Amino acid sequence: MKHVLAVLVEDKPGVLTRVAGLFSRRGFNIDNIAVGETVTPGISRMTITVEGTETLVEQVIKQLHKLVNVIKVSNLSEEPSVMRELMLIKVNAEVGSRSDIQQIVETFRGKVVDVSPDSMIIEVTGNEEKMEAIKLLLQHYEIKEIVRTGKISLLRGSRITRES
Amino acid sequence: MKKKMTKGSAMIISALQKEGVEIVFGYPGGAVLPLYDQLYDSTLRHLLVRHEQAAAHAADGYARVTGKPGVVFATSGPGATNLVTGIANAYMDSVPLVLITGQVPSGFIGTDAFQEADITGITLPVTKHNYLVKNARQLPGILSEAFYLASTGRRGPVLIDVPKDVFDQEAHFDYNVECEIPGYNPTYEGHAGQISRAVKEIRDAKRPVIFGGGGLIRSGSSAALEELADRAKIPVILSLMGLGAYPGDRSLFLGMPGMHGSITANYALSEADLIIATGVRFDDRVTGKLDSFASNARIIHIDIDPAEIGKNVKIDVPIVGDVKMVLESILKKLQPGDTAEWLKQIENWQRQNPMPGGLKSSGSAMKPQYVIREISRLCDENTIVATDVGQHQMWTAQHFMVRKPCSFLTSGGLGTMGYGFPASIGAKLAAPDQKVVCITGDGSFQMNIQELATAVNNHLDITIAIINNGYLGMVRQWQDIFYDKRYAHTLMEGNPDFVKLAEAYGAKGMRACDAKEATAAIEQAMQEKGPVVIDFTVEPEENVYPMVAPNRAINDIIIGGDHS
Repeated sequence: MKHVLAVLVEDKPGVLTRVAGLFSRRGFNIDNIAVGETVTPGISRMTITVEGTETLVEQVIKQLHKLVNVIKVSNLSEEPSVMRELMLIKVNAEVGSRSDIQQIVETFRGKVVDVSPDSMIIEVTGNEEKMEAIKLLLQHYEIKEIVRTGKISLLRGSRITRES
Repeated sequence: MKKKMTKGSAMIISALQKEGVEIVFGYPGGAVLPLYDQLYDSTLRHLLVRHEQAAAHAADGYARVTGKPGVVFATSGPGATNLVTGIANAYMDSVPLVLITGQVPSGFIGTDAFQEADITGITLPVTKHNYLVKNARQLPGILSEAFYLASTGRRGPVLIDVPKDVFDQEAHFDYNVECEIPGYNPTYEGHAGQISRAVKEIRDAKRPVIFGGGGLIRSGSSAALEELADRAKIPVILSLMGLGAYPGDRSLFLGMPGMHGSITANYALSEADLIIATGVRFDDRVTGKLDSFASNARIIHIDIDPAEIGKNVKIDVPIVGDVKMVLESILKKLQPGDTAEWLKQIENWQRQNPMPGGLKSSGSAMKPQYVIREISRLCDENTIVATDVGQHQMWTAQHFMVRKPCSFLTSGGLGTMGYGFPASIGAKLAAPDQKVVCITGDGSFQMNIQELATAVNNHLDITIAIINNGYLGMVRQWQDIFYDKRYAHTLMEGNPDFVKLAEAYGAKGMRACDAKEATAAIEQAMQEKGPVVIDFTVEPEENVYPMVAPNRAINDIIIGGDHS
């Protein structure tokens, strides 16, 4: 099962290396990772997706807690939360196929953000299933390049992931 | 008023003195010159080693004896990389160290400058935490954090890398030993509900054992452990790292478990209905095959590090906390159960399975176990013994009578050949009034033999007992058992004459080839001043028994050797 962890860290040099190094030396796999600022200055938030059993994820969380710069780790998969990812797809778009592509993009509530004589860049946000679904459909037109941000996630409702 | 400014190097020396540091182990070099220049004017003692690895091991030995962080200085590049084995060793065995390395000047970092190595990057996986100092203003905070981190929670090594120009930068120095780190809050007191559950488990158990490790020593839990064992009549098993936490001569003590553990300890763990695990991490050398480890037991696991609980073995009563504080809480509510039947069973196992190796010799060659028993007999109860790694280490664990905590120093987790001799140097400096014996092998000793110069130069009374079988004995034993006796490169051809070598360094050298010579040499060494090397020529192909093959159940034991 995939687990999405919200990891609050001190914004200090080398923190990302410490986290990434921990995953590689303990044999844990990072599915994806996204890092950014929080409302508190000096604290960053990493959203890390890990695939594994409950026991493995428990070990991942405990080991993350041992890093001195890690302030808090929460497993967002255990609670109702909103998860999003942004993907840019450059797809082959000859004149004849443009309107078909346009239709797919609209169905997925995506946006066409760049058009050239033979290609388009499409922007989509959503959860993983949505990303995979649009990718599958656009493959038909030959996808030239894909870039993804990695998942980010917030708890639903008024509760927040605090530093303490 | 203008604030008084202090140089970075002076801040470091001053912080060490405020932290109560008595001695620094180190080796100077280009990038760390400003710090050594500052040290030159201070009252802080410095022990000059002959290789940086030895500085880290000596500081480790010092820390294991005193409980205080061992402090190390080294230069950039090779100076720092030479520390790595010592750091990894301390990390695996949870030993507090603070290591300060010089780095190339700030402006040169990242340019592959002369003697540049990314030591914070290199030591990331083997330190509890590390720092690259950017500015002298950061030094007071970083130094106090480093000492705090090294010596609290689960102990460990902390490295501070200081660029050469930062030593000379001036800043305001206000040293505050109280520090707050938002992501670091060790739990010391055990959860009250879990402690009550543990008390009930102990009351109801019919076949309980205490299985203790290095955490008992680090937290100073010996008295609490003794009270628990003696009041509730529960037998005690200690891992290699735990030896000394409970007196080795008591009838409730069953020895070490695992691969070369006592048969009784392994049977007891396998048959127990309750294991009270204290400050242990269920290493593979202890558990053998995990599926069949302690399959009849419920397990209480007390440890300061939450990540150790449930890492290898499923735990029924997890208690995160300082082992000593948790044991004391348990003692307040303790209700001893009835263990009489179980103790009878254990006594039977002990009678039927004595530790092999009681003979003096087989034919012409002396038995290594005999030498260790003889050293043990001739040492007083305050003696500190340090070992290297291999057969002699296991024989020492099996046959040396360790009675007190912090008196058995060995590389448990990393298994570092070359650890023992420099660790014994650190131990002697930590406890000048106690006898210090280093039991080593002909292979291990040669990994840090250059420290004879350090020991001689500082007039350190250390007895170095080489159990010389002319082989890398433990590797040869595995070749014997698992590789059809194909002894690939384990014969130590070209060994020096250790007696002459000791003499060349200005130490005393002796050789003992039979039981009579052995006793005489040990007795004489105990009286000598300065380091003494005794080269014990022993049976070359003696194996360590009992033995559990890797990944086999721990009650599936190869029983060999001579019993008497």
